[in-house]
Amino acid sequence: MAANTVLNYLPRKSFVHALTGTTKLAFFLLFTFASMITYDTRVLIGLMAVSFAAFKASRIKLREVRFMLVFMLVFLILNNVFIYLFSPEQGVEIYGTRHVIVTLFWRYTITWEQLFYTLNISLKYFVALPVAILFISATDPSEFAASLNSIGVSYRVGYSVAIALRYIPDIQRDYHSISQAQQARGVELGSKEKLSARLKNSVNILLPLILSSLARIDTISNAMELRGFGKKKKRTWYVQRPFARNDWLVLALGAALLAASLIITFWDGDRFFNPFI
Amino acid sequence: MDPIISFRDFTFQYRAQARPTLYNIDLDIYPGEKILIAGPSGSGKSTLASCINGLIPFSYPGESSGTLTVDGKQARKESIFALSKSVGTVLQDPDGQFIGLTVAEDIAFALENDCVPQKEMHAAVARAAGLVDVDRHLGRAPHELSGGQKQRVSLAGVMVDAVKILLFDEPLANLDPAAGKQTIELIDRIQKETGTTVLIIEHRLEDVLWRSVDRIVLMDEGRIAADLRPDELLCSPLLTEAGIREPLYLTALKYAGVALSPDKKPAHPDTLELTGADRDAVRAWYHAAPAAAPAPRQPVLLEVKDLRFGYTKGRDTLQNISFAVRKGEMVSIVGRNGAGKSTLSKLICGFEAPGSGSILLDGRDITGDTIRQRAGRIGYVMQNPNQMISKTMIFDEVALGLVQSGLGPGEVRAKVEDTLKICGLYPFRNWPVSALSFGQKKRVTIASVLALGPDVIILDEPTAGQDFRHYTEIMEFLRGLNRQGVTVLMITHDMHLMLEYTPRALVFSDGRLIADRSAAGVLCDPALIEQAALKETSLFTLANRCGIAPPEAFVQRFIDFDREVREHGC
Repeated sequence: MAANTVLNYLPRKSFVHALTGTTKLAFFLLFTFASMITYDTRVLIGLMAVSFAAFKASRIKLREVRFMLVFMLVFLILNNVFIYLFSPEQGVEIYGTRHVIVTLFWRYTITWEQLFYTLNISLKYFVALPVAILFISATDPSEFAASLNSIGVSYRVGYSVAIALRYIPDIQRDYHSISQAQQARGVELGSKEKLSARLKNSVNILLPLILSSLARIDTISNAMELRGFGKKKKRTWYVQRPFARNDWLVLALGAALLAASLIITFWDGDRFFNPFI
Repeated sequence: MDPIISFRDFTFQYRAQARPTLYNIDLDIYPGEKILIAGPSGSGKSTLASCINGLIPFSYPGESSGTLTVDGKQARKESIFALSKSVGTVLQDPDGQFIGLTVAEDIAFALENDCVPQKEMHAAVARAAGLVDVDRHLGRAPHELSGGQKQRVSLAGVMVDAVKILLFDEPLANLDPAAGKQTIELIDRIQKETGTTVLIIEHRLEDVLWRSVDRIVLMDEGRIAADLRPDELLCSPLLTEAGIREPLYLTALKYAGVALSPDKKPAHPDTLELTGADRDAVRAWYHAAPAAAPAPRQPVLLEVKDLRFGYTKGRDTLQNISFAVRKGEMVSIVGRNGAGKSTLSKLICGFEAPGSGSILLDGRDITGDTIRQRAGRIGYVMQNPNQMISKTMIFDEVALGLVQSGLGPGEVRAKVEDTLKICGLYPFRNWPVSALSFGQKKRVTIASVLALGPDVIILDEPTAGQDFRHYTEIMEFLRGLNRQGVTVLMITHDMHLMLEYTPRALVFSDGRLIADRSAAGVLCDPALIEQAALKETSLFTLANRCGIAPPEAFVQRFIDFDREVREHGC
């Protein structure tokens, strides 16, 4: 059977992997919050250094997460392009000066302010991205539910995440076999067919896929209820690991980074670092 | 001793149904008993189980009257959670009920829900896993396990709770024959070691009786038709009347004119007491008719040469497969899950491209053809009709492939109507698919493939999960098509199907074709059976006990005679 994993858990021995899922989730949230709130370039560069260092420490190679990386970069480029298309003067508005590099046409000019603003946006991506990838790739999927639950999310919600992780590969497999059986009846769905025909015909996969997924859900919910799921307000977790010293240290670091970024950012009453004045 | 489960004048009706599914059930089951609940589909046997484990009324609401006591509790007043402390249920689908991401988590699931501290939980999981021999696989994900292993995990998952009653809902439905046999052995061992009360719901009587049970409760149309010891029940006509297939060796004995009685202990072919006269009768019956002449040979239709294929580099799923199928043949493809049976069908249909080797149809190499190019000549029917049907109306479903091929509406209509007539679905042509039974849906999927006029159809487990009546219905239908010239290949775990309907079997093991011979021959070859995870037929045991050689000739004699009886009456 071909290997099929949605989220790419890459097991190995590293400082990051050894942290509990809860720590990674909490750090990810604190860190992302810190990077979201600030536009201060100095803070962002500082956070980025931490972020890159964490990635390095995880011993995960860039090419192993290539897909996610490319996906995020495309998103980043789109984001920047659209910001420019809709408000080419955003940078000027924020920084209060206007240094034109070149005038293109109509209202589209390129200014140093706009470029600097775009740089800051991009930096935010580079701060958050490695940590997000780490949370996904360095956390044992078995720990997801437990870690969500431990930061206060209801265990029912946490468990539905786990169940989704468990069943998505099965549903992908269903999709695959349904599609093949349809093609064996002459329905144009193969990769050699025209895209328009494939799109139109993909409706034929939908009904059987939904019906078989509903049947799966029925079985699984019966199986869960028969084994007492939802009986109590709390539950324990087989895979949850106790906090170690490093977990506390990382959490403290996360909190400190957030605090530092807030203080530096709002010191002068402005979220932006302004090199133009 | 007080019964652990007690039904008193118990009647149940599902909310959505017009009539009750269970009528006036009176049944007592005592601690430590091992009971088989048998019955055809729709007889109410699964409903009976759902009442015991609390799925009724928790998940399936309805009206009940009378009383049901389970482990001293009034089932109707208890929650499903309270009942699950007493009753452990292993459901039919070993994959669907696997909840955890790994074996250990799945076994621990009930404990987690009970807020058991982690340390105790780890110890309990290790203990339960050891009981069913999965302790070496604790870290594995479900897709790394075989069907039999998944079922063991499910069993461990309910055994962690020290339940008093174990309830198995059709435990053999999704397993290969050898795994099914092991399951029956495992249930037997667990019951003896722990003294648990065991209820097995199955319609495959012969397979369950591989290990003895105390009583068989026979359900028919919502009522208890019999509640007898196996030896008694097997001597009565009740089984056949309810549409349950009796063990083949008993049918053979009846054909030979041997009178059965409970004191002959007919529940197991090895312990059955046969007198000298009985053996003589069987031998006489065997010699009474000459073997049928083999059918004239037809030209080769499908040929596979030196086929090799692997999903991942360096690991071949199929190696050096070569065989030829002649026009009008009906062939079964057997072997354990993962032996390469499904992969072979994928290669023939063009879903995957072989690493090397070739596939010929009517002498023409089709190895390079796309799925769609093959679609008109090779039909493929999936195991689960619900995964194949994509239209809501029967007519549209059967027309789907034809519409795609660009025929005019008139031609499509004519072809669809012809196909529906052949398949006995013409009266239903304007019905919605959802109004059909499982067997009828299966027929629709076969019709939708037949409409394209293929030379070969490949079916994946055509009768999985079907009781004897539906099984016969589907298989007789396929046999009829086969007689009209359609060549049929079937992937199956059902040894009866293979024996009765396909003269020839291809046996796969670890990606190799290890045997290509008569079905009767395969099921009389203990070494082959062992290697390919099949199960020998009880007719083989009977032939040996009566000193008939070669046993496969006896098996063949039985199959031919049985067909005669079914087609023309005795």
